[in-house]
Amino acid sequence: MSLSRTDVERIAHLARLEVGEQELAAYAETLSRILGLIEQMNAVDTTGVTPISHPLEAGLRLRADEVTESDRRQDFQAIAPSTQEGLYLVPKVIE
Amino acid sequence: MEWETVIGLEVHAQLLTKSKLFSGSSTQFGAQPNTQACAVDIALPGVLPVMNLEAARMAVKFGLAVGATVNRRSVFARKNYFYPDLPKGYQISQYELPVVQLGRLMIDVDGMKKEIGITRAHLEEDAGKSLHEAFEGLTGIDLNRAGTPLLEIVSEPDMRSAKEAVTYLKKLHVLVRYLGICDGNMQEGSFRCDANVSVRPKGQHAFGTRAELKNINSFRFVEKAIDYEVARQVELIESGGKVVQETRLYDSQSNETRSMRSKEEAHDYRYFPDPDLLPLELDEQFIKEAALGLPELPDAKRERFVREYGLSAYDAEVLTGSREMADYYEAAAAMVPGQAKLAANWIIGDLSGYLNRDSLGIGDAPVTSAMLAGLVCRIADSTISGKIAKDVFDAMWNGEGDADAVIGKKGLRQITDESAIERIIDEVMARNPKQLEQYRSGQDKLFGFFVGQVMKATQGKANPAQVNESLRKKLGDKPA
Amino acid sequence: MSLYRSTLAGLYKLLKKKEISSQELTQVYLDRIEAHSDLNAFVTVDRTRALAQAQAADARLHAGTGTPLTGIPLAQKDIFCTEGLLTTCGSRMLANFVAPYDATVISRFNDAGSVLLGKTNMDEFAMGSSNETSFFGPVLNPWDRRCVPGGSSGGSAAAVAACLAPAATGTDTGGSIRQPAALSGITGLKPSYGRVSRFGMIAFASSLDQAGPMTRSAEDAALMLNVMAGFDPRDSTSVDRPVPDYTRTLDEPLAGLRIGLPREYFGHGLAAEVGRAIEAALEQYRRLGAKTVDVSLPNSGLAIPCYYVLAPAEASSNLARYDGVRYGYRAPEYADLWELYSKTRAQGFGAEVKRRIMIGTYALSAGYYDAYYLKAQKLRRLISADFASAFEHCDVIMGPTSPGTAFEFGSRSGDPVAMYLSDIYTISVNLAGLPGMSVPAGFDSGNRPIGLQIIGRYFDEAKLLNVAHRFQQVTDWHLRVPEGF
Repeated sequence: MSLSRTDVERIAHLARLEVGEQELAAYAETLSRILGLIEQMNAVDTTGVTPISHPLEAGLRLRADEVTESDRRQDFQAIAPSTQEGLYLVPKVIE
Repeated sequence: MEWETVIGLEVHAQLLTKSKLFSGSSTQFGAQPNTQACAVDIALPGVLPVMNLEAARMAVKFGLAVGATVNRRSVFARKNYFYPDLPKGYQISQYELPVVQLGRLMIDVDGMKKEIGITRAHLEEDAGKSLHEAFEGLTGIDLNRAGTPLLEIVSEPDMRSAKEAVTYLKKLHVLVRYLGICDGNMQEGSFRCDANVSVRPKGQHAFGTRAELKNINSFRFVEKAIDYEVARQVELIESGGKVVQETRLYDSQSNETRSMRSKEEAHDYRYFPDPDLLPLELDEQFIKEAALGLPELPDAKRERFVREYGLSAYDAEVLTGSREMADYYEAAAAMVPGQAKLAANWIIGDLSGYLNRDSLGIGDAPVTSAMLAGLVCRIADSTISGKIAKDVFDAMWNGEGDADAVIGKKGLRQITDESAIERIIDEVMARNPKQLEQYRSGQDKLFGFFVGQVMKATQGKANPAQVNESLRKKLGDKPA
Repeated sequence: MSLYRSTLAGLYKLLKKKEISSQELTQVYLDRIEAHSDLNAFVTVDRTRALAQAQAADARLHAGTGTPLTGIPLAQKDIFCTEGLLTTCGSRMLANFVAPYDATVISRFNDAGSVLLGKTNMDEFAMGSSNETSFFGPVLNPWDRRCVPGGSSGGSAAAVAACLAPAATGTDTGGSIRQPAALSGITGLKPSYGRVSRFGMIAFASSLDQAGPMTRSAEDAALMLNVMAGFDPRDSTSVDRPVPDYTRTLDEPLAGLRIGLPREYFGHGLAAEVGRAIEAALEQYRRLGAKTVDVSLPNSGLAIPCYYVLAPAEASSNLARYDGVRYGYRAPEYADLWELYSKTRAQGFGAEVKRRIMIGTYALSAGYYDAYYLKAQKLRRLISADFASAFEHCDVIMGPTSPGTAFEFGSRSGDPVAMYLSDIYTISVNLAGLPGMSVPAGFDSGNRPIGLQIIGRYFDEAKLLNVAHRFQQVTDWHLRVPEGF
């Protein structure tokens, strides 16, 4: 499968990556080559194979419902790009 | 053309756990911004989720309560999208395999019973909050709510009117509070509702295009928002337009719904199983324990109240409206054998009225169930009349002690001594010869006048039934 | 022999006998790091902090409450969060990120009393096989400065190879411990998935990532793993299973050991010199009493395509948190929220990371999920099952770690697909979640190291270390040090 510039634009949009006009063609070419590699998967018939999402085939371990964390806002916001009155700031979100 | 409305509801119930779904932060409402957002909640690099057992138990309880299938194995998936109040860039939710599937809830609208299907209920984490008003040109992000456990309860599109939708929603609201899994506080957002609304020509099988109404945070608004939306869609179609599938926001100020995004972005959430979490596996023992922890459910309780206490369906419905109310009633009823109906009347009437007036929950009522029972006893044994009882109740509410104390202190004991009542009747007759004359000449309605005079003379303390009986005897003639 | 060439076991004896203090030892390595800074093996070195830790370790050694790693200076891959210290993951995105907490692996070393020399350079977000994708520039291979050290744990590999640290940590998602260990001539172990906590280890692909030691010998790897391994309640994929003392079984005899040789690992694409070195190593094992049996991993050829769906898919989601809102890089100019996101991410991530995010995003997107992601998950099952069948006939599997030796800078960086192929023998081990090791097994004609890969059954790290240790007792490849170091 070969990707078009429009495909790259759509993917970049979903992934929130700014891709310049002049980069589109290069991305389309490289990503298409990687997809070519990936599509070697089709050589194997996987009908009836149960997919695995994890090497550990076990169940989830659950934690007791206890409050174990205390307030560390100051430490966490010391490394934040922009905060005020304890809030993280971003450009106005328009709904 | 006649139109049929089709409604399905998606309810987000915040679970009453102490800590978050995947972290040990507190879930308490109202803390200073970002003081309850730990490393996991703000998605620092390298942190990992660990699931809260209690959230699983609550989901199972809900599943059992609506007669659903509780899946022994369910899977957490990532729902990927970017938004500033979603720190990881994905929400951990359940997608293909939810913990609860295929349940039902019976509703009763205008005496008609109807089963509403519950498609699924799944566990997911809440997002943070975006504050748009605090700063000029900026949005502030508070992540205290991020990671709070939610049970998303999705109904089938089984409802056919706003009224049915509200009834279902109220029923669900009562149920989650009964189960103790959600506080149901709609103002604080712990019980939120989105409605999928469409219309179709009556008789048509296929569904019409639906709009998703968001942000309806009270029962009243649910009804109004749906009614508005139905009218909008019908008008739109009848004037040759087409309903588009979109998310609409209900504005309670203007009572209308409006499209949330002018150019609705095509969502592609790229769900996939969360590799940080293994499948949630629940064994029989866990489910059995959850079942043992279930309280008597509202429907069963209501039926029992009708059966055991001889209450009307309506009274039983009101009294089982919350577990606290039902417990209050049962405690009171147990103390007044044979007077269960009277106790019910007092709770539904005066007590509820006072609670509403003072905006109190039943748990905070200054008149306890024992005090109310004491009052009912005094009415039942004719120590006081129902009318005097209202004054006694008011005094109890104001902290003047229990019924006996108030009756004693204020001298409100009813006069039941027959000779005493007859003596007063004689005096009243003597003082009012003219009225006596008129009554005897056939003006029956003056009977009430004499009753009033006797009650006045006794400051209301005379037993009304006795007064009636003695008066008829004294006034001599034809019993009414 | 110079002090700095010593193994951990050797240093432990010296420290215990008080022949040297941790502070002196730490100073030696700090000086060496500085003297060989041209290798670019470290992103961050904090002398003050290291010496303070050494001082504390000395006190502990003095009090007799030390552990085998107390006072030992170590290098940590810059993928582990270290409280109060820069943690960059090789990315501009985190170039200013001072972690507010310690990874579990770091806490465990702190508890053991070891000294943190510094944070090692790496491919950006561990995505790469050459260390060329690091925002902080490539790491040079101490054996040949024109060549890459391998990746993604290239800084750790070079640091240990050049004796800038006696041991280091690495992480391995598709070969990132074993391949640089092979290309830099050191010993590297990727434990079973779930053996070492991932908490605080910056995620690349969560179902594949695993941390492990990079050392001068198998015995040292055992000492390191003794500290690293163990259950962590903060990682839901950490396995609650007792940790044996990995040093205890190192000397077990190998008589009767069945070594499986997958025919797929010795075919087309394997450099002749590498093949010969592996054959010589196998001969050595036969002399130790082991026997070799032919096995087959029929789907191993599909490991790379499968991996390049699953790892980027997970990565595309794992890396969504880098949005310029709460920490890390934020683009200097943006008009709105959309630009804040897209410019921050476009500028903060390097080319390879962006490629993988896009591949992963595509593989998960509507309409393609079944053809890519689901298909890859099914292949993962087949690849995993291949190993299970092979292990019915053998105790360990051996083969080359990498098809070739260290390659020159720039020779593959323009062609991602060619670069991906250098992990052809390591990737399937991650897909199956098995433990794998690389041990030095010779040199090519250009004096570039060759690694032998040993793959074990699930949770059979002790066996791998035993098998590697016996080999190292009769060979000296692992003791060789590049010229000038």
